[in-house]
Amino acid sequence: MSVAPNHHPPAAAADPAEPGTLRLSGRWTLRFANEIGEALRASPDGIVRVDARAVERIDTLGVLQLLRHADRRKLDFDHFEFRDDQKSLIAAIEDVHDERPKPERDTGFKAALGRLGHAVVDNGREVAALVAFHGELLVKLLRLFKEPSRFRLTSTVHHMEQVGLDSAPLVALLSFMVGAVIAFLGAMVLRDFGATIFVVELVNAAFLREFGVLLTAILLAGRTASAFTAQIGMMVNREEVDAIRVLGLDPVDLLVIPRVLALLAMLPLLTFIAMIAGLAGGMAVGAFTLDIPAVAYFARMQEMMETRHFVVGMVKAPVFAVLIALIGCLEGLQVAGTAQSLGERTTSSVVQSISMVIVIDALAALWFMEMDY
Amino acid sequence: MPAATMQTLDGVVIGDAPLIRVRGLVNRFGDQLVHDGVDLDVRRGEILGVVGGSGTGKSVLMRSILALRSPEAGEIRLLGVDGRSRDPVQRRHIERNTGVLFQDGALFSSLTVGENVQVPLKEYYPELPDSLRYELALLKIKLAGLPADALDKLPSQLSGGMRKRAGLARALALDPPLLFLDEPTAGLDPIGAAAFDELIRNLQQALGLTVFLITHDLDTLYAICDRVAVLADRKLLAAAPVAELETLDHPWVQEYFNGPRGRAAREAT
Repeated sequence: MSVAPNHHPPAAAADPAEPGTLRLSGRWTLRFANEIGEALRASPDGIVRVDARAVERIDTLGVLQLLRHADRRKLDFDHFEFRDDQKSLIAAIEDVHDERPKPERDTGFKAALGRLGHAVVDNGREVAALVAFHGELLVKLLRLFKEPSRFRLTSTVHHMEQVGLDSAPLVALLSFMVGAVIAFLGAMVLRDFGATIFVVELVNAAFLREFGVLLTAILLAGRTASAFTAQIGMMVNREEVDAIRVLGLDPVDLLVIPRVLALLAMLPLLTFIAMIAGLAGGMAVGAFTLDIPAVAYFARMQEMMETRHFVVGMVKAPVFAVLIALIGCLEGLQVAGTAQSLGERTTSSVVQSISMVIVIDALAALWFMEMDY
Repeated sequence: MPAATMQTLDGVVIGDAPLIRVRGLVNRFGDQLVHDGVDLDVRRGEILGVVGGSGTGKSVLMRSILALRSPEAGEIRLLGVDGRSRDPVQRRHIERNTGVLFQDGALFSSLTVGENVQVPLKEYYPELPDSLRYELALLKIKLAGLPADALDKLPSQLSGGMRKRAGLARALALDPPLLFLDEPTAGLDPIGAAAFDELIRNLQQALGLTVFLITHDLDTLYAICDRVAVLADRKLLAAAPVAELETLDHPWVQEYFNGPRGRAAREAT
């Protein structure tokens, strides 16, 4: 490209021959915004006419600056002269120009207090909405028994594949690794007592009671709740959910129930896979580094396995499933039209579901311990 | 007048050459050939309307010119530089001197209208004082025909027609000499569409713009376009004033201009 250094900066000089006349020249464009400001500030007092006919180029910013200058110096804009080819631009801008001070944004202590108040109210609303949504879901689930035609089998199976089958490898791999880590950890402590073999009980109890279901739920909260929110939120943004409503269909039937049922079916199955993989991880560490042969490990595992651990782990799975699916869908339905809202809701759904899973798991652990089960 | 013939844009001498010059453009989606040797000139200071049936690649042509997609073959010269160049200096030159209005405005949904208009100003002229930038944004919004209180609204709070006006205000933020409009009147009611046509015409004259305008709207063609380019059969069939196109012997052109809607639009002018 040919770059010619022909940028004449804007200039404003009083005409010595004609006192009271300011002659403008150069380029009065956005590029020279600061130079324009300086030239105008430095212009002498006692000006009554401004001659801008020698200006090379002028754009909206140049005209705006001249208008402001005229306002500040109390000049009559009718005494500004422009070339004919510039006049339409000047007229267009003069038509719409007026003074309007920029509104101040309050950033003080009061504003911070206000934000805090709004946050508290919003959180309260969120909790109420979740409870109400849970109620709505239960009512509409019961309605399915009366009107089975509302049930969407294809959609449910599709989501079962997406949330269940597709995440099985990931769940298995991560559980295997955590199982191995727990075995190492146990061995490190138990070796000092010469009780390395108790690693088997440790891994058994840890995975059947807690980690199998907890790992699965956290993984699905990250992987599935966010997907649900994004899918449904995008549909809200594109008015698809409104279209569902005006067609006389129910978004809960169409979008929420298949997702809830899919997760309800798949999370316990994935939990089972996680338990098996975790136990296998423990066994692998036992066989390869703790000198417990696989056969011995397996025999001990079978001997010490208690059904109650398995039950404690498994009963939590459906609770987590409903929780994750509900939060994911509800956040999706609350998306409000913008890309930013979609992002905020997706984050919120992951944060909410993971924290709820951990809180409920902790409460359940306390309860089972107190019940001596 | 010398300013018109030796116009320069930030040091790039363009002279009399067309602002946009496309030669032998080829675009392909998989097996489907959309453009097979499209040639097009957009002259300085004109409003060029681009028409064509659905799927003839009007938007693809615009996206190719703007380097939003890279065509299979062809030469594009834009504002005196190579439009396909990846050189950051040349890209910046092109981006600073073009304004684009996408179909639904493409406003940033998390920013207010005023902030949307200020985005290009902030990016290219960070040294501009806040108050001046704010006033400039307000001016652009009012030039685009929006009330001043639209400034603090979010795009989701505006109607479709207002969103287009806000998009136009953002496209005009840097006073670009070249403006691309993708179906500016689509989705507007007839009164709003006529007002938007007039707005484009007025702004084009006041700001000395060159406009590349994709449209389906026959009224727009008759009301404001200096020339109309017809895309059909994967080529640019013709680029001429509307009156000449009506006589062109091509089935699509005949049906388009001499169908009931075409006749109505012609009689309205």
